[in-house]
Amino acid sequence: MADRLTLPRYLLRNAAQYAGRPAIREKDRGIWQTFTWRQYHDHVRDIALGLAALGFKRGDKLSVIGDNRPRLYWSQVAAICLGGVSVPVYQDSIAKELAYVLNHAEVAVVVAEDQEQVDKILALKDTLPTLRLLVYEDPRGMLQYRFPWLRSLEEVEELGRRFGAEHPGYFQAEIDQGRVDDVALFAYTSGTTGSPKGAMLTHANLVATGETLSAAEDIRLDDDWLAYLPMAWIGDSLYTLVMNLMVGFTVNCPESPETVQRDLRELGPSAVLAPPRIWENMLTGVQVRAADAHGIKRRVFERFRDAAERAEILRAEGKPVPLGLRLALALGEFFVYGPVRDQLGLRRTRWAYTGGAPLGPDTFRFFRSFGINLKQIYGSTEVTGLVSLQPDAEANPTTAGRPCPGVEVKIGDKGEVLVRGAGVFKGYFKNDDATREVVEADGWFHTGDAGFVDPRGHLVIIDRAKDVGALADGSAFAPQFIENKLKFSPYIREAVAFGDAKPFVAAMVAIDPNTVGSWAERRGVAYTSYHDLSQKPEVRALVRDEIRRGNETLPEAQQVRRFLLLTKDLDADDAEITRTRKVRRRYVAEKYAPVIDAFYARRDTVELATSVTYEDGRQGTLRATVHIEDVAETPVHV
Amino acid sequence: MSALLEIREVSKSFGGVQAVTKVSLDVQGGELVSVIGPNGAGKTTLLNMISGFYHPDRGHIVLAGADVSHAAPSRIAELGVARTFQNIALFRGMTVLDNLMLGRHVHMKTGVLGAFVYWGLAQKEEVVHRRRVEDIIDFLRIQDLRRRPCGSLAYGLQKRVELGRALALDPKVLLLDEPMGGCNHEEKEDMARFILDVNEEWGTTIILIEHDMGVVMDISDRVAVLDMGIKISDGTPAEVRANPQVIKAYLGDAKPATERRDG
Repeated sequence: MADRLTLPRYLLRNAAQYAGRPAIREKDRGIWQTFTWRQYHDHVRDIALGLAALGFKRGDKLSVIGDNRPRLYWSQVAAICLGGVSVPVYQDSIAKELAYVLNHAEVAVVVAEDQEQVDKILALKDTLPTLRLLVYEDPRGMLQYRFPWLRSLEEVEELGRRFGAEHPGYFQAEIDQGRVDDVALFAYTSGTTGSPKGAMLTHANLVATGETLSAAEDIRLDDDWLAYLPMAWIGDSLYTLVMNLMVGFTVNCPESPETVQRDLRELGPSAVLAPPRIWENMLTGVQVRAADAHGIKRRVFERFRDAAERAEILRAEGKPVPLGLRLALALGEFFVYGPVRDQLGLRRTRWAYTGGAPLGPDTFRFFRSFGINLKQIYGSTEVTGLVSLQPDAEANPTTAGRPCPGVEVKIGDKGEVLVRGAGVFKGYFKNDDATREVVEADGWFHTGDAGFVDPRGHLVIIDRAKDVGALADGSAFAPQFIENKLKFSPYIREAVAFGDAKPFVAAMVAIDPNTVGSWAERRGVAYTSYHDLSQKPEVRALVRDEIRRGNETLPEAQQVRRFLLLTKDLDADDAEITRTRKVRRRYVAEKYAPVIDAFYARRDTVELATSVTYEDGRQGTLRATVHIEDVAETPVHV
Repeated sequence: MSALLEIREVSKSFGGVQAVTKVSLDVQGGELVSVIGPNGAGKTTLLNMISGFYHPDRGHIVLAGADVSHAAPSRIAELGVARTFQNIALFRGMTVLDNLMLGRHVHMKTGVLGAFVYWGLAQKEEVVHRRRVEDIIDFLRIQDLRRRPCGSLAYGLQKRVELGRALALDPKVLLLDEPMGGCNHEEKEDMARFILDVNEEWGTTIILIEHDMGVVMDISDRVAVLDMGIKISDGTPAEVRANPQVIKAYLGDAKPATERRDG
């Protein structure tokens, strides 16, 4: 491990070796503004020296909050250069979550993107005893804000330039003090149970994982990546911050969250990492536009799409593609596949990953058949975000891929996936008990996921290990497995399955307001709100059919027998799901206890009182009588 | 010090209807002044006179020392007065970007021929103006709408684009005629924020007509109240709120508060 560099050393290397190459771009005022590695280095140095002038010391913690912005990445690197720890937080966190993380991590400095984020911190200031300095990037709207501990990033950089003139060699000396075993990053897990835990990741963890990824995947110096996923997510820290420093390619920050689609198309990144939701949205976009196209255009699209799908199925089965079909594909590449890839901004994409949750096989096949090298990746925060991925020739919608070189995987008790390697974290900050629970003395980390290794050597993830239970008749019950089958329907956004120690499986379903909304419009079903839409008899029938279809792919005992449609989507603000959209099962079971009772007591309606947390933290309650539906024509008998 | 905008006893009638009667109002540079009053009180007429759309029958309007009572609207725009309209007045078929660029028209010097050739000076000028328009797009957070035709936007966003079009003029005085009319709560909050930011950061003088009392009382430096074409009160929000004449104009005599019409 001694020959590994700390992250700041990569920065020094890049500034010397790639001085004039583009390091990071930001779309601002409608133009992609480029910063070279020289400029990247200088900004990081000035911010670091400015922070030092304001009393930032080794071991201090700095949080960034906001959308992906070069200056927020620089601030993180600046803190790391000074021997500090970066603690990125989710920009859409509500006040309570934010206060918890900032206090637990003992954050001394927060760098906020704009007034919106500054206001959040200002409102919490009295509850944040460790916070000494609040820095903002965009001064807009804050002319009247006067606090001694509030400064603009520009001011900090100016202070840094002056401090640097007075203390030559300071920056270099701080970097020289850094060791690869120092903690560089706290990645807070948006845990599905209890409070978030801060996973401590060292330079060695981050750099080793970066090396693993470089060895397993084709990553080049002249790549362009788009940074649009939350900065607090380990994936963004690894792929944007660390890989950017290690490889030296160009990271691109979109103009605003609303412009990501257009920016993606303009940029045409070399590689794309996206959760299933984004792939599904892209597919829906293509389908809607194809359906809106007229006559011949639509027929051409459909014909070539079917040809591509047939060929993809043959390829996946390892069978040869007949000559006629190959000719159709060549023609289709010119008329359909190429243009569609171009529209999506994936024309230059050499590889693309989906991860975090399963992606429907149909969606997966669509992208692959259109010539996009979409593959699955699997990782978790505590192993620096990377365990396994699918090599180019082995893409498959059902597996999590082959363990990466240098990462050991074995299956433990109850089918739990265990991982060992240089990426395994140092422990949870201030929580040794929790650390001991998940890391064995010999280094094996318990992922908490249940899975198995298939004959090809691919890891397959079934569910969270602790959620796997048994139905009353003793057959295994894996809720997430069932939910995913339901969520493959475009009309179902979220599903929660119940069945542990129960006679049959029942599910609460949240519809997707966009797809169901346009379905309703096409049929002339008038509705006013999500609530109203979800309780329309036509919509309930639609979802019943979708669940029947999902049931066909499930073993008899695992099939969903009864369901109800929620009057609101599950929401992270209500603590029902995590920020990464994982269901917080235990909490949901408590909150919706009357619903579960009604499922198994054979009642046809239930009084649903759901508390709602608004964006400003206020609480409200929605009351409604909701119908429970039977999936089968004849009701089940208990 | 004399005010940036002085309105001296202006009156205007349409046929037999006396819309505005001897209204005087001084607006200092950098002030945010709201004009409120029940429907038909003469607020929009007053604004129309300032922007040169109507000319007062009697009285004078003095802008930065120059009498503009009878100046043409184009002349007043050149002097730095921009406005938005109660009913949105954008080019619906044109994109947001084109509508904003059009707002820069006053500042463009290239002639038809130069613009047609689009070379040299015309090109340079376009770049300068585009930069200013991009600042406004950034300011109003409408980066994702640049290429959208205005007609396809939600009402609240059209209101925002219209504000942008007025800002593109780089106005000294900005006249806003019900910028929040028909907007939902969130859109109102956003708009109030933008108006305050324009006032604070760019020092733009703003005259605002608005029905939402909460917003008016929150953001105004000063409030003038019109009723039946006559100014009945003028002062800080707190003063105006306490004025019995204002309460009477809004609530009528001895009517229950539930029949209040202020929305």
